[in-house]
Amino acid sequence: MSTVQILEPGSRYDLRAGISPDAPDESQLRDEEGAFGYCHSYETSSRYDGPGLRVVLFVSGCLLRCTYCHNPDTWHLKDGTYVSADHVLGRLGDFAPALLPLGGGLTISGGEPMVQLAFTRRIFAGAKALGLHTAIETSGFLGDRADESYVSNIDLVLLDIKSSDPDTYRRVTGRDLAPTLRFAERLASLSKPVWVRFTLVPGETDDPANVDGIARFVAPMKNVEWVEVQPFHQMGAFKWKALGLDYKLLNTAPANRELTDRVIGQFRAAGCRVR
Amino acid sequence: MKASAALRKEADAGDCWNGFRPGDWLSSINVRDFIVRNVTPYTGDEAFLAGPSQRTKAVWAKLQPYFTEERKKGVLAVDAQTPSTLLAHKAGYIDRDNEIIVGLQTDQPFKRAIFPFGGLRMVEAGLKAAGFEPDPAVHKAFTNYRKSHNDGVFDAYTPEIMNCRRSGIITGLPDAYGRGRIIGDYRRVALYGIDRLLEAKRAERKQIDGMWPSDDIIRLREELSDQMRALEDLASMAKLYGRDISKPASNAQEAFQWTYFAYLGAIKEANGAAMSIGRISSFLDIYIERDLKEGVLDEGRAQELWDQLVQKLRIVRFLRTPDYDALFSGDPYWATECVGGMDLDGRTLVTKSSYRMLHTLSNLGPAPEPNITVLWSSHMPATFKRYCATVSRDTSSLQYENDDLMRPFWGDDYGIACCVSAMRLGKQMQFFGARVNLAKALLYAINGGRDEVSGEQVAPETLPVAGDFLDYDDVMAKFDTTMEWLARTYVHAMNCIHYMHDKYFYERLEMALHDRDILRTMAFGIAGLSVVADSLSAIKYGKIRVARDANGLVVDYQNEGNKATPQFGNNDDRVDQIAADIVTSFMGKLRKHPTYRNATHTQSVLTITSNVVYGKATGNTPDGRRKGEPFGPGANPMHGRDSHGWLASCLSVAKLPYKDAQDGISYTVSVAPQKAHLSESQLIDEAVKAFDLYFDRGGFHMNLNVIDKDTLEDAMKNPDKYPQLTIRVSGYAVNFVRLTPEQQRDVISRTFHGQI
Repeated sequence: MSTVQILEPGSRYDLRAGISPDAPDESQLRDEEGAFGYCHSYETSSRYDGPGLRVVLFVSGCLLRCTYCHNPDTWHLKDGTYVSADHVLGRLGDFAPALLPLGGGLTISGGEPMVQLAFTRRIFAGAKALGLHTAIETSGFLGDRADESYVSNIDLVLLDIKSSDPDTYRRVTGRDLAPTLRFAERLASLSKPVWVRFTLVPGETDDPANVDGIARFVAPMKNVEWVEVQPFHQMGAFKWKALGLDYKLLNTAPANRELTDRVIGQFRAAGCRVR
Repeated sequence: MKASAALRKEADAGDCWNGFRPGDWLSSINVRDFIVRNVTPYTGDEAFLAGPSQRTKAVWAKLQPYFTEERKKGVLAVDAQTPSTLLAHKAGYIDRDNEIIVGLQTDQPFKRAIFPFGGLRMVEAGLKAAGFEPDPAVHKAFTNYRKSHNDGVFDAYTPEIMNCRRSGIITGLPDAYGRGRIIGDYRRVALYGIDRLLEAKRAERKQIDGMWPSDDIIRLREELSDQMRALEDLASMAKLYGRDISKPASNAQEAFQWTYFAYLGAIKEANGAAMSIGRISSFLDIYIERDLKEGVLDEGRAQELWDQLVQKLRIVRFLRTPDYDALFSGDPYWATECVGGMDLDGRTLVTKSSYRMLHTLSNLGPAPEPNITVLWSSHMPATFKRYCATVSRDTSSLQYENDDLMRPFWGDDYGIACCVSAMRLGKQMQFFGARVNLAKALLYAINGGRDEVSGEQVAPETLPVAGDFLDYDDVMAKFDTTMEWLARTYVHAMNCIHYMHDKYFYERLEMALHDRDILRTMAFGIAGLSVVADSLSAIKYGKIRVARDANGLVVDYQNEGNKATPQFGNNDDRVDQIAADIVTSFMGKLRKHPTYRNATHTQSVLTITSNVVYGKATGNTPDGRRKGEPFGPGANPMHGRDSHGWLASCLSVAKLPYKDAQDGISYTVSVAPQKAHLSESQLIDEAVKAFDLYFDRGGFHMNLNVIDKDTLEDAMKNPDKYPQLTIRVSGYAVNFVRLTPEQQRDVISRTFHGQI
């Protein structure tokens, strides 16, 4: 038997060790595809991750290892709490009557939601059944796995394109760029609404050519409603330290206003609707 | 009462009521009727508002050195020789040439008065703490010749109550100072004048002259006589300022002055913890509208009346003791004023003066007093809702209460005493009763009635918990027994207090501005609700091992379960239901015991700032809270445990049942402007939607802090003051004080300058 420390104040932002009050008792486990999955945490009051007020579900598991990741505590599937999709939808149902008048909905973030494809499929379908707007925040790396029915239950894709240059992409994320671009093109062909998110990391992704590459790629896509430039910050640094991980960006300064304005200008010049 | 010729005194009013629509208010004392017949609802926006006048600025400038000096030195001056009454002090002024509303508590601004009728001890402790000498003559008078409220209460207390008081399970009782939380209907003086009010009181008195003199009737006769003397003294007080208030106010300026005199009289006669002014904005608006129509007033002058009245309300001061200040920090007096709301016919009571009252926060700068309370209704004009949200964003100086929830209970002419206590104006008062520490009560249940800090047997001896682990059903049964005892002891203490308060420190002026036959409530309160709920949840859903000290007293708890337990503030019914059940259960226990003057039992979930003191006096609790750690204030979740955002937190608090907490459920929220990608205007729209949502779901109260840049900078310097300050950056929320200084600076520049 483990001795559980009571979560201290501020727990939402802390590292998790499978001790959520939402963890099921083992006897409830069912072996049905997607009936259970790993969730890191959730919050109910985001105004940033889609239209209106969002419940954001952070699922665990990610194949990318971005050097600037602010949620390295969601990389491994088992960083999350093992819960049933029914339980998640029950909780979501508690909030649905409040989200609807606020024009909000559910955003699944992570981690990478498509790592647990069957699980998140159930949750998106359940959210649609509740009448909610749905959004996914994804790197697109596993976009090939998302079949038509998966995408059909998603109203908005927050697509993180970290770089337009395969070498940079690999250096920053450890993975290939091509699947992300392929997924973006497929979303364009489906006319699926997309907000492209670009994390601006000084010294990593701020090369003008890199930015222009993304801008040129995105500009013709009519389904892309917004390009959102997200300036790098150091809020996730403590997690790297606590996990004993080698944080290469320890001395990287947050993206300043000047740099951010330059990058926004580049997107705008290419014809993107940017903010 | 039928409008008899004797009571119809329209002729006496002269021209004072010209232009007003007639109604029942002519034949009986009925301010509500006057308002609903004459009010001019306003559905436009704030564009009409005017800035401060030269005179307002001049008066304000005169006051600034006092504010500065007071921040440095504390209490600036006290008249230690003169017990305060309506006529104890001669007229006082700030700036005679520029004051259009006059009247001070003593003969000088910021000079405090003493109120020994409440208790000499409190007066002398307050004087000493502020560096002043108690007066020997006053000491002698209130020792040798005159008994105080405080003396009376302690004559009637039992050893058990004294123990409860000492151990901190019942704290803050008004047994040594004025009970407050009574709102005179100060508007009556403006609408009717003193002569007419006296006549109505004489008629009320005459009706009971023929009744057999039971204790109740004798007391009532004496009170009515006191009330009439108070009205006469109020007229004399006004004369000191060269005003004749025997007749109704004949214009807006007089209406403001008469109303303020009535309030000033109340704060000269009583030093209650909370001295609300009531609901004057839309009443006085009727006079402004009439003067505007007649062309004798313009918008600048109308705003000037509000600004200058509010200046007076901002310099109310009472002499308090350090103990009192520890409970209620920041020298508050809760001159609460209600704006907005709807009437029973579905029309809004929002007027231009609702805007003008809020606008004083711009003209004079933000301030905690008067405690402006927006009575929020989903039916209020959208423009006013937006204006409120804007003012909140800019000043963090407004609180919100749910008019749609209260109106079915209290009608459409209620005010808020203190923070959250609704009462029909002139028709209802309360016997204020501070609160009990329910978290401590839970620990008493676990320890067989012994105090977890002192080890003393405070509650009657019962079986303490046995074994190494807590069992939910066992603890609940024991807690139920402890709450039964606590409720009985609490009602007992309250009956003693209010018997003596009526006897020795009767609020003759405030009660003169009430009907004779009123509803009395006895307002009990609970502190530590979220600690109790989380503790019971931990016991139910976790595996709580107890640790005992050498005397066998349980002093600590450890959760050995394999997961964390549900905590209040996350919209999780497993624990929210426990919290709601505790409210209902304790209320039921209070109701079992008869009250003094047959008052109706009510209850609040409110701590103001005393959550810190209660926490300090309470040992470790099963929820993991450490000894001495503050409770969440009011009905708030414990700091940081509402870890899924404001929506979840709001929905939990909204589940607490108002029907069993009719004295109010306090909830404080701090938000940082979350810019996302919304324009300022969209942000205000979103805030309005959020208010509507919370109140539609049954939320009662919201004390809204919008965290600004200054706050964040202060939090960098004084992190201890902001344990739960959460800010959002790029869709990512953090606990601000846990960031490094560099990160904090980054956050500040991001949150307040960036578009991202």
